[in-house]
Amino acid sequence: MGSPIECTNLRKTYDGKIEAVRGLSLRIEAGECFGLLGPNGAGKTTTIEILEGVLAATSGEVRIFGHSWDENPRQLREWIGISLQETRLSEKLSVRETIELFASFYREPRPTAHVLEELQLTEKADSWVGKLSGGQKQRLAVATALVGNPRILFLDEPTTGLDPQSRRQLWDIVRAFQKKGGTVLLTTHYMDEAERLCDRLAIVDHGVIIAEGTPPDLIDRLGGHHVVEFETSGSQNGYGLDVWQKLPGVESVRHEDSAVCLNVREPHLTIPALLAAVNQQGQQLEHLSTRQASLEDVFVNLTGRHLRED
Amino acid sequence: MPTETTTPQTPEVQDRAPVPAAPARVNGRWTGYRQLLWVRLLELKREPEIVFWVFGFPLLLSLGLGIAFRNKPVDTTSVAVVAGNDAAKTMTMLRGSSGHSVIHAAVLEREAALKGFHFGKFDLVVEPNADGSYTYYYDPARPESVLSRAEIDAALQAAAGRKDILATSTQASSEPGSRYIDFLIPGLIGMSLMNSGMWGIGFSLVDMRQRKLMKRFVATPMRRSDFLLAVMSSRLVLMVIEVGLLLVFGMLVFHMPVAGSIMSVVVLGSIGAVAFGGVGLLTACRAQKVESVSGLINLVMMPMWIFSGVFFPYEHFPTMAQPFIKVLPLTALNDALRATILEGASLASQSGRLLVLVLWGGLSFLLALRWFRWT
Ligand SMILES: Nc1ncnc2c1ncn2[C@@H]1O[C@H](COP(=O)(O)OP(=O)(O)OP(=O)(O)O)[C@@H](O)[C@H]1O
Ligand SMILES: [Mg+2]
Repeated sequence: MGSPIECTNLRKTYDGKIEAVRGLSLRIEAGECFGLLGPNGAGKTTTIEILEGVLAATSGEVRIFGHSWDENPRQLREWIGISLQETRLSEKLSVRETIELFASFYREPRPTAHVLEELQLTEKADSWVGKLSGGQKQRLAVATALVGNPRILFLDEPTTGLDPQSRRQLWDIVRAFQKKGGTVLLTTHYMDEAERLCDRLAIVDHGVIIAEGTPPDLIDRLGGHHVVEFETSGSQNGYGLDVWQKLPGVESVRHEDSAVCLNVREPHLTIPALLAAVNQQGQQLEHLSTRQASLEDVFVNLTGRHLRED
Repeated sequence: MPTETTTPQTPEVQDRAPVPAAPARVNGRWTGYRQLLWVRLLELKREPEIVFWVFGFPLLLSLGLGIAFRNKPVDTTSVAVVAGNDAAKTMTMLRGSSGHSVIHAAVLEREAALKGFHFGKFDLVVEPNADGSYTYYYDPARPESVLSRAEIDAALQAAAGRKDILATSTQASSEPGSRYIDFLIPGLIGMSLMNSGMWGIGFSLVDMRQRKLMKRFVATPMRRSDFLLAVMSSRLVLMVIEVGLLLVFGMLVFHMPVAGSIMSVVVLGSIGAVAFGGVGLLTACRAQKVESVSGLINLVMMPMWIFSGVFFPYEHFPTMAQPFIKVLPLTALNDALRATILEGASLASQSGRLLVLVLWGGLSFLLALRWFRWT
C-alpha cells in the first residue's frame, strides 16, 4: 500500500485564468499530522479539495494509499473523513441526527455515542445544529468526518474563528485520532497551531510550496533560532540594513515598522556587537528584545509579508 | 509451531491502537437512502413555513375561491335605476315581475349609477325617459351585462303587459360535480404538485449546493443516485398528503363528488409529482445561488399558472394557442385529474396526457443528470 496521500505536480486553473495551484507535490506518511500553512488565497483549500477528490485538478496526479481517484472512488471515500472550510449543516436537524446521517453513508461506521463522547457533544446531542456555538459546530463538522472510521482526516481550517480553549479541544481530538494510527492533513493560518500540532508542514504561497519540513527544522533552516528586535533614535540616514547584516551571527535582517529585526543564531555574540555598533554611530538604543524565532519569522523571511494581517 | 507472521510490535505502535471495543455496526445497501429520506421529511416537518405553503395555502385558496363563487348565484343581476321620471314606478314593475328574486335594483342619481356601472357594481343601468320609454346602458363585452339587459327587458315588458306566447319551464342545475369549486379543486391539486415539485426540489437542492452541503455529501461514500432517489421519494410521500388533503377537504366542505377511483388519482398524482420533480431538478441543476434559482422557477411556472387552466378553462385562449397549451405538463395533469376525479375516466383513457407528463419528467431528468453540478 502506498503512502496515505501523495500528489505530484498538481495544478489548478480556475476559469482558464486564475492559477490557484501551480505545480505542487506532497507526500504524507502514515500516522503523520501534516499542515498546509499559508495566507489567504494561497491555494490551500484548492489543494486539499483536489486531494479529497471533490475538485478535479487541471493537471497532476493524486494517490490515496496508492490509488487514484478514478479507480474506485467509493472505496477511497470509505477511507477518508473530511471537514470543508465552509459547510452549513442543516440547522433543523439535531446533532445526533446529523451524525447518524453521515454514519449511514459508510459501510462500517463508528457508534454515534462514541463519536459524541469523543467530541464532547453528548450534552448537545439533541440540540438543533442551528443552536450550537461556533466551536460546537466546528466539532460537529469534525464528528461527521470521524464517524466513518477513516484512516485519513482532512481538515480545512478547523479552528478558524474559535476561541483558544475551543482550539485546544480540537487539537486534542486531532492528536487522539493520530494516536490511533490515523493520518491528518490540515490547513491553517495560525502559526502556533502549525507549530504545536503538525509533525511536518508545507508553507504555501501563490499556489506553490515555498518551504517544507518539521516546524523546528523550518525555523532552524530559515529563521535562525532567535530574533533580536531593536529600535534606535537619532539619525539613521546613511545606515542601511547592511550595517546590521555584517554583525557577527546575523542570518538575515528586516525592517518591522520602525524597528529592525535580526535573525540570529547566537545572540550572545550578536548583542554586544550590536550595542557597540549603535554606540559607534552615535545613536540611542530605544528598545531591545530577543525572542525565539517562530514560523511567522520563517514566513516573513521567505515572502517579505506577514501570514495574517491582523 | 510458532512462526513469525507479524512483525514484533513496539510499545509505541501498541499505544496507537486502542480500537473501540464496541461492536461496529454494518450498514446495508439502503441505509444511506433511508436516512436521507428520513432527514428530509424531518427537516420539512420542522419548517412551519414550508408546511404552510405546501399544505395550508392550497386549502386556503380553495376555501376562499370556493366560498366566493358559491355564495354568488350566477343568475342574480344588479341594476341601477336612474332617479327621476318614473323611477319609483319602474321599481314597482321590477318587484312585481316573475324574476324579482334574482333582480337587485337600486335607485341612484344618473352620475352615481353610471359610475357604479363602470366599476362593475351594477351589470346594467336603466334610465326611464320622459316619454315613458327606457334606455339601457350595458357593456356588450360583459356576459353578465348582456344577460342582465335581456332579463330586465323581459321583466319590464311583462310588467307592461306583454304576454308570453310560448309556455316554457326551467330547471336549475347546480348539482355537485358541475360547479366552479368542482372545476377548481383538481386544478389546485395540479398546481400544488407543480409548486411543491419546483420549490421542494429546485429550491432545496440549490440551497444545499450553496451551503456546500452537497459537496460535503459527495465527499462521503454516499451514492449520488441514492441522494436523488431520496429527494424524489420525499416528493411522493408529500404528494400523497397534498392530494389527500385537498380531495378530502373538497369532499367534506364542498361535497365534491369523486367519480374516479382513488387509486387512479394516486397514480396520476405520482406521475405528476415525479414529472415536476424532474423539471425542478433540471431548473436547479446548475444554479449556485438560491436567488437565481428562484427567478428561474418563477419563469418556468408562470406560463403554466396562466395557461394551464387552474382557475378558468384554457379554452378561453385563442384556438391557435391551444396546441401549445396542451403540451404544457400542468395542462396535461389538470386535464387528466379533472377527467379522473370529476368524470371517472380510466387511466388508460388518459394515456395521451400521461405520455406528455412522462416525456416532460423523463427528458428533464436525463438532462438534469447530465448537467448536474454537485459542487
Ligand atoms: N471556484 C473558484 N473559482 C475561481 N477562483 C477561485 C475559486 N476558488 C478559489 N479561487 C481562487 O483561487 C485562489 C486560491 O483559493 P483557495 O480557496 O484555494 O485559497 P486558500 O489558501 O484556501 O485561502 P483561505 O485561507 O482564504 O481559505 C484564490 O485566488 C481564489 O480567489
Ligand atoms: Mg481556504
